[in-house]
Amino acid sequence: MSYVAVKGGEKAIQNAEQLLKAQRRGDATVPELGLEQIKQQMSLAVARVMSEGSLYDPDLAALAIKQSWGDLVEAAFLLRAYRTTLPRFYYAQPLETDQITVKRRISSIYKDIPGGQQLGPTFDYVHRLLDFKLAAENNQSDYPVGEPTEGGIPRAIDTLNPEGLIQSETADDVKADDANAENDAEIFDLTRQPLELPAARDARLQNLARADEGFLLGLAYSTQRGYGNSHPFAGEIRVGDVEVVICPEELGFEIAIADITITEVQMVNQFKGNKTLPPQFTRGYGLTFGYNERKAMAMAIMDRALRSKEFGEQIQGPAQEEEFVLYHSDNIEAQGFVQHLKLPHYIDFQAELNLVRKMRAEYEQRSAMENGRSEEIGSEETGSEGIDSEGIGSAGIERNCRLSPIVH
Amino acid sequence: MNTATTNLTEPGFNFAYLDEQTKRSIRRGLLKAVAIPGHQIPFSSREMPMSYGWGTGGIQVTASVIGKSDTLKVIDQGADDTTNAVNIRRFFKKVCGVKTTEKTTEATLIQTRHRIPETPLNEGQVMVYQVPIPEPLRWIEPSEPETRKMHALEEYGAMYVKLYEDITQYGHIATAYDYPVMVNNRYMMRPSPIPRFDNPKLNMNPALQLFGAGREKRLYALPPYTTVKSLDFEDHPFSVETWDKPCEFCGATDSYLDEVVIDNEGGRMWICSDTDYCEETQKS
Amino acid sequence: MTIQPLLTVEQLTKTYGEIQACDRISFSLYPGQILGIIGESGSGKTTLLNAIAHRLPIDSGQVTYHNSIKPTHLAQLPEPDRRRLMRTEWGFVQQNPRDGLRMNVTAGANIGERLMDIGQRHYGNIRTAASKWLAQVEIPPERIDAFPHTFSGGMQQRLQLARVLVTQPKLVLMDEPTGGLDVSVQARLLDLLRSLVRTLNLSVILVTHDIGVVRLLAHRLMVMQGGQVVEQGLTDQVLDDPQHPYTQQLVSATLLP
Repeated sequence: MSYVAVKGGEKAIQNAEQLLKAQRRGDATVPELGLEQIKQQMSLAVARVMSEGSLYDPDLAALAIKQSWGDLVEAAFLLRAYRTTLPRFYYAQPLETDQITVKRRISSIYKDIPGGQQLGPTFDYVHRLLDFKLAAENNQSDYPVGEPTEGGIPRAIDTLNPEGLIQSETADDVKADDANAENDAEIFDLTRQPLELPAARDARLQNLARADEGFLLGLAYSTQRGYGNSHPFAGEIRVGDVEVVICPEELGFEIAIADITITEVQMVNQFKGNKTLPPQFTRGYGLTFGYNERKAMAMAIMDRALRSKEFGEQIQGPAQEEEFVLYHSDNIEAQGFVQHLKLPHYIDFQAELNLVRKMRAEYEQRSAMENGRSEEIGSEETGSEGIDSEGIGSAGIERNCRLSPIVH
Repeated sequence: MNTATTNLTEPGFNFAYLDEQTKRSIRRGLLKAVAIPGHQIPFSSREMPMSYGWGTGGIQVTASVIGKSDTLKVIDQGADDTTNAVNIRRFFKKVCGVKTTEKTTEATLIQTRHRIPETPLNEGQVMVYQVPIPEPLRWIEPSEPETRKMHALEEYGAMYVKLYEDITQYGHIATAYDYPVMVNNRYMMRPSPIPRFDNPKLNMNPALQLFGAGREKRLYALPPYTTVKSLDFEDHPFSVETWDKPCEFCGATDSYLDEVVIDNEGGRMWICSDTDYCEETQKS
Repeated sequence: MTIQPLLTVEQLTKTYGEIQACDRISFSLYPGQILGIIGESGSGKTTLLNAIAHRLPIDSGQVTYHNSIKPTHLAQLPEPDRRRLMRTEWGFVQQNPRDGLRMNVTAGANIGERLMDIGQRHYGNIRTAASKWLAQVEIPPERIDAFPHTFSGGMQQRLQLARVLVTQPKLVLMDEPTGGLDVSVQARLLDLLRSLVRTLNLSVILVTHDIGVVRLLAHRLMVMQGGQVVEQGLTDQVLDDPQHPYTQQLVSATLLP
């Protein structure tokens, strides 16, 4: 027999790694990209990688972007795989986002708000024309310098408070719907505990904060088009720097350890009321590392959409299905499982091949027998057979699989 | 198995990559899993430097139980030389510096994807399975809280509805791999996507069998000598695949054969999927 | 010797916010008896049915099931036992057969499911039982491998009955079982129900808005309005000599057969 099984997987893997490194660098005559350049000039990419990578570290995020050829999902994965090796020393105190050093702040529900509207740097009103001057190097721009606003900025949606028209929110509410919480004071930690459903709001918000931006964006969009109706208004969007404070038990007092840039969004949604709650506005909350309004807005819409059950609203779309959203939002998990189809599957494929051959033989035998008889062929569908082992599983068990639900 | 923190080949990381606290928490999960055979235990699965779906569950289990004195074997599709098996073995060599082997009999710890070795396992050996989807009822009931309840109450009738439908439509149960089993006459379990040919090896196995699903964050286990029964009907008993030809390399008639395409004219040959078993049989 | 009731309901109360869906409802059901519950939509009759089966949490009151051994208070029954009871000695027939059937598995599997739930593991025996029950509900047994969506509405409803009756339950709760059916199809189903109830000695609680249905089937009748029972008694007595204005209105609004 001339056949020899393929060997040398280790060598092939090493070669692939070398190729990857060489092609990442590109043409050696072009100057190499520096981390400082990525951090400064691609800061929105850095922000996204930090959020989805679940680690606030612009330097490491820049490194991850460089290492991944600019593939931001891969970069977020690199950051996650690194963060998992870090011990957790402390939990920070809640961020005082009303003490933000604001770079941008708008509300769409009032023309003017206490503290003022501040457009800041935004693409919103820029004409999306390719700027060919930018293709040349040595771009320098002046910018207007405003008065730095410090010392507390009230929240736009708090103006609804005196009338009681906005749903009140206390620290307890975060845990309120989690009947299984052993200790109410303890905040869930998605990086240390498995997500279990139904999820309380703390678990949900942590999941959404790390969620894939595109996935959240599409789902949030679906609620606006009628797959679940959330009537959102942008109550307030603020971007700026806040202090991170820890309070080590051994010290007994608070110390500020860093300033970080965040984007915070509070959506308000009309709510017609139910048996226990009068008509009012309800809230959706979004927060991301760095400047990332699109993600923070989508997150806030999704936070509210996932409160449907809490408010006794009818579930009308996938965006309101907690299990669907929270189990499929993480792009580190999703990219892995979709791409694992590249791994060898020849054993389960062999099993499937044997089975399909057997069923095909039986089928042909049956049709030969039935030929001649003018039997009515039923309209029963047989559904598609499983193709991959792990996604769909084996042909039989998963075929036309979901039994329609029965209420017992 | 003891964990030690010396003799690293890759600087900057703990022995077996995970920090000791994480390993301890995974071992606690494994102890629960061993105490309730076949029952899924949620655990705080971590991101690993390999993608979810590429064996991170098995890798975390291996990382939590491996010690310096272990001898590790890694197979994928039954073979030690598939890229994924090579890659995982290379990882543990890098972060543990342990001895590795391709011989089933020499290994103290075997991580596998999609096969159980043909060579019978012994007491003291540990098998670690990579699990993509741990929930056997997932395709019948999509909701996790509901499937947990079904396990708690041992309500497995709906699964038999599926098997009934298979027999009705095909004359036999049309499941080729990841064939569901009942463990210790109590919990329904997915054996991971091994061909059903391997299912009988799960039963009363002298080795400790551990299952890790990283992305789905679940652990489960079969302690040594646990009864494992593949689902069936009394009048349609479970059966395994057979081949009408022996392995063309070693002549074995008792192993799982893999079909290899050898030319463009549709020429094929059938050889053992378990590369170690095939080599040993050829030698003897 | 006094006959033991099969089911007693005492002071059962269920509210939705301000709305009293069931207001202190009490009655007893005896073996072999068919109790009709009639009222307009919104009168609380379907809520009552669901509350009796503990398919929704009740506010107060007690539901007691007297099986052969000892009386069981449903609210105190642990969930596994309650779920088991619902799959064996009790049955629930939905108004829309699509809610009570698995539409994507064959008729045989639909009937066999309760048997497999309680541990039957012989394919041949399960099929024999399924064929027998298809015949009982007047569906040709050769349709055993057909899917419910190829059945007419009346056949689907009969299949749902077979699915429930296969474990020979003692008590069957029915929610508008003839609801979505044509008049001629209704008549056939009612005939079938009447004969099955007699031959199987079933006890039935039957919720409907159709006076014709209760006249034909029910031994006793409860009239509900606004969450309260406004009148109850023997069916003929209530319908021929209604005392409460609401019942009078209901009876006069219906053409006599």
